[in-house]
Amino acid sequence: MTNKKIRWDFWTIVTVVILALFAIFLLYPLISLFLSGFKDTETGIWTMDNYARFFSKKYYKSALLNSFKLTISVTLVAILLGVPLAYFMSFYKIKGKGILEILFIISMMSPNFIGAYSWILLLGRSGTVTQFLKGMGIHMPSIYGFGGMLLVFALKLYPFIYMYVSGALKKIDVALSEAAESLGCGGLRKVFTVIMPLVTPTLIAAALLVFMNCMADFGTPALIGEGYRVMPTLVYSEFVGETGGSANFAACMATIMVVVTATIFLIQKWYVNTKSFAMSSMRPIQPKAVHGIKGFLIHLYIYLLAATSIIPQCMVIYTSFRATKMQVFVDGFSLESYRKVFSTAVQSIKNTYLYCLAAIVIIIVLGMLIAYLAVRRKNWLTNIIDTIAMFPYIVPGSVLGITLLIAFNHPPMMLAGSAIIMIISLVIRRQAYTLRSSSAILYQISPSMEEAAISLGDSPSMSFVKVTAKMMLPGVASGAILSWITLINELSSSVMLYTAGTRTMSVAIYNEVIRASYGTAAALATILTITTVVSLLIFFKVSGNKDVTM
Amino acid sequence: MSVSIGIGNVVKKYGDLTIIPDLSAYIKNGEFFTLLGPSGCGKTTLLRMIAGFNSIEGGTIKFDEEVINDIPAQKRNIGMVFQSYAIFPHLTVRQNVEYGLKIRKVPKDKMKDRIDEILKVVKIDEYQDRLPERLSGGQQQRVALARAIVIHPQVLLMDEPLSNLDAKLRIEMRSAIRDVQKQVGITTVYVTHDQEEALAISDRIAVMKQGIIQQIGSPQDIYARPYNAFVSTFIGHSNLFFGTIKKQGDVPTVVFSNGYQVSMPNLVDTVTEGQKAVISVRPEEFSLNEEGLECEIISRTFLGKYTNYFLRFPDGMVLDNQPSIEYSQDLGHVDRIFGVGEKIRLRPNPNKINVFTEDLERSLIKDVKKYDE
Ligand SMILES: Nc1ncnc2c1ncn2[C@@H]1O[C@H](COP(=O)(O)OP(=O)(O)O)[C@@H](O)[C@H]1O
Ligand SMILES: [Mg+2]
Repeated sequence: MTNKKIRWDFWTIVTVVILALFAIFLLYPLISLFLSGFKDTETGIWTMDNYARFFSKKYYKSALLNSFKLTISVTLVAILLGVPLAYFMSFYKIKGKGILEILFIISMMSPNFIGAYSWILLLGRSGTVTQFLKGMGIHMPSIYGFGGMLLVFALKLYPFIYMYVSGALKKIDVALSEAAESLGCGGLRKVFTVIMPLVTPTLIAAALLVFMNCMADFGTPALIGEGYRVMPTLVYSEFVGETGGSANFAACMATIMVVVTATIFLIQKWYVNTKSFAMSSMRPIQPKAVHGIKGFLIHLYIYLLAATSIIPQCMVIYTSFRATKMQVFVDGFSLESYRKVFSTAVQSIKNTYLYCLAAIVIIIVLGMLIAYLAVRRKNWLTNIIDTIAMFPYIVPGSVLGITLLIAFNHPPMMLAGSAIIMIISLVIRRQAYTLRSSSAILYQISPSMEEAAISLGDSPSMSFVKVTAKMMLPGVASGAILSWITLINELSSSVMLYTAGTRTMSVAIYNEVIRASYGTAAALATILTITTVVSLLIFFKVSGNKDVTM
Repeated sequence: MSVSIGIGNVVKKYGDLTIIPDLSAYIKNGEFFTLLGPSGCGKTTLLRMIAGFNSIEGGTIKFDEEVINDIPAQKRNIGMVFQSYAIFPHLTVRQNVEYGLKIRKVPKDKMKDRIDEILKVVKIDEYQDRLPERLSGGQQQRVALARAIVIHPQVLLMDEPLSNLDAKLRIEMRSAIRDVQKQVGITTVYVTHDQEEALAISDRIAVMKQGIIQQIGSPQDIYARPYNAFVSTFIGHSNLFFGTIKKQGDVPTVVFSNGYQVSMPNLVDTVTEGQKAVISVRPEEFSLNEEGLECEIISRTFLGKYTNYFLRFPDGMVLDNQPSIEYSQDLGHVDRIFGVGEKIRLRPNPNKINVFTEDLERSLIKDVKKYDE
């Protein structure tokens, strides 16, 4: 089967197959979305009306502005919370450090909308704290709107900053800090002229993650945003169209979101490429004991932050065991909520596990193959694959939902409403992350291993499976567990794609919260949280460390 | 301004572990002083005490007359060159060198002159706008040196600065460091475990073992007149023989255990008749001689300028546990190279060889000082 130009070996076939998959499930939907934004809903004629409408009406423009305001504020607050935390945890001996680290990771891994939901349980209109204070005659400011979202997002996302910056601080050699001191520079000045600049590239990467996460999140504004309109909710309501929306206008707004995130992404990439530098540390920084008032304040800060991050989680678990009557909480405890979950929502639990497992398997296989192509078979075709594979970074979850629906709601690819479309969306959501970690792992495996297998008579495909893939697997597997955790908690895209039969747990929780049946929502959220924590513990065991930077 | 460093009875402990029990030394203003010793003997520990990165558990360290024990590192006005260079990766070469001057609020124009000058001295002015990542090891080394010197520190401290370089570059940088140090005239404390490097670069060397200084002296003295057997075997190679002192007649002699005698007019007066001793002979202090000590060649290594023979002496003549007994044959004036298994006769040069007490702790040669000022 030899052609004049192309040798049809194993890897050529893989390249072609992956290109085809990308064309169908990534490029085609994105192009559909883009084109759809230029069509008139009624007539289907090409038009700029959608964009004209968006930029002429204050109602829409303000949502974009609000999204920016919120996202920038959240990013700044997350940095202000996360950087000092990372600094203290790395430079000082903190009591209970091991447990604290796990708490921060748990609060990072649990989904945003459950955070929003639990803050509603605490500070919402009928929230525990609100009611308690009302009994004492104190009226809390409303948790709904900008303030509440800022609170929820900042508390949810600062652990990203913390994790990334801690990782960077670990790479600083003490000698750099000592060099500054030997040159006469100590204290805060040293922190700002040496330590901070060294972690800035990492901080920027983490800030981008926070920015994208906040910009794209649908669940939190949907639950707690109320009058404060932001883009994801606007796109959703326009698309789902209970109030006479238009899919084409939604597509137009989704395109605008993609342009925003793509721009931010490119700026960050440019910055990292020009400003980053390699660091390796022979002697990492050793945490010092800290005493007195300084030590007390540092501990106070860390414990308060940890408590504020974890109390909402506990609140959800607590709520799941409260007795309810006709969806209203009454005194006492019961397993009523769980009974209800198991009689009505078992399907969603099954769906979650099934879809996510299927997605993870696909992600791992694709991730390893694409990483191999991009690292070991560099040519212009694999470069294209590598670039396209990064697209999902810039497609917000809610936009992805719409994108797939627009593309696959007519024959021959009538996938809307199917389990397959749910799985595809999950795969696309995480593929880029797994690919990146797979490539990093592959760079550390010498090509000569595989060459040895081939020299001993193995075929290229078998030598990949038997040697390289096997060596990659442990690293890829621990990355996959992290992907698994984010997938079971995925809401933004699933909420657009689900039907009654393909509901996942996070969608079910969202539905229950919207219907104000807080008991079952809490029970489901508890099951989800426990799955998350167990998966995390498995991850710690498998990877042998607590590095969950993704 | 450069200062002298007075180290008085300092103690270093990590918990219950004493690394430096009681160490004193005086480092003269402007001299190049090297701490030399096997890995783990406490050189880095001592250097970091001078720098201020290690606490001092006892004794004092003075810069001139000022006790600096409690002055934090950033106030000591030291220049330090780290083993890993510790160049700030986020700053360009020039910004790295500038860093300490900015802290000292040196006026702009003066700062520029000083940086330009030092970049020229260490020969990196053409790379000044590069990020350190894109420099070779030797260039990074020069940046580290420039950064430490440009602030006009009172002392310059260097911890194995050449250990990450390849052999050729090491020798090149060795002379570069030496030249720059002399040009600037700054008191320098240099740490290394490489004796050849120490001999080549230093004004004086302190040989350390297990936190204790064994000898301080010029490279020549340390090599030719080691204070004890540790120094004589650690610096260069020395073959150790059992011996006895004979004091009859005008001139004392040392007697090898096979009866071979060497007269040694330079032994101290305190030696006694019949005193047991250890005779230390370097491989190049042997010469072929019909009347010499008989030994057998067990292997040989050809090294270009000379040939190194590994020898076996009759039982009981040499101390146990020596890695090898060696003779270097200078190939510049040689009749023939010997083969393995051949027996030869070697005569130790009485003017060169050293004699130690039986416990190996002290030299029995006149005027050999432990601490040479
Ligand atoms: N922070 C420390 N805690 C405990 N022991 C240490 C520490 N630093 C060094 N040591 C010990 O002190 C001894 C001397 O170390 P060092 O000064 O680094 O030796 P070197 O002469 O090789 O530079 C070694 O035995 C080392 O294990
Ligand atoms: Mg050392």
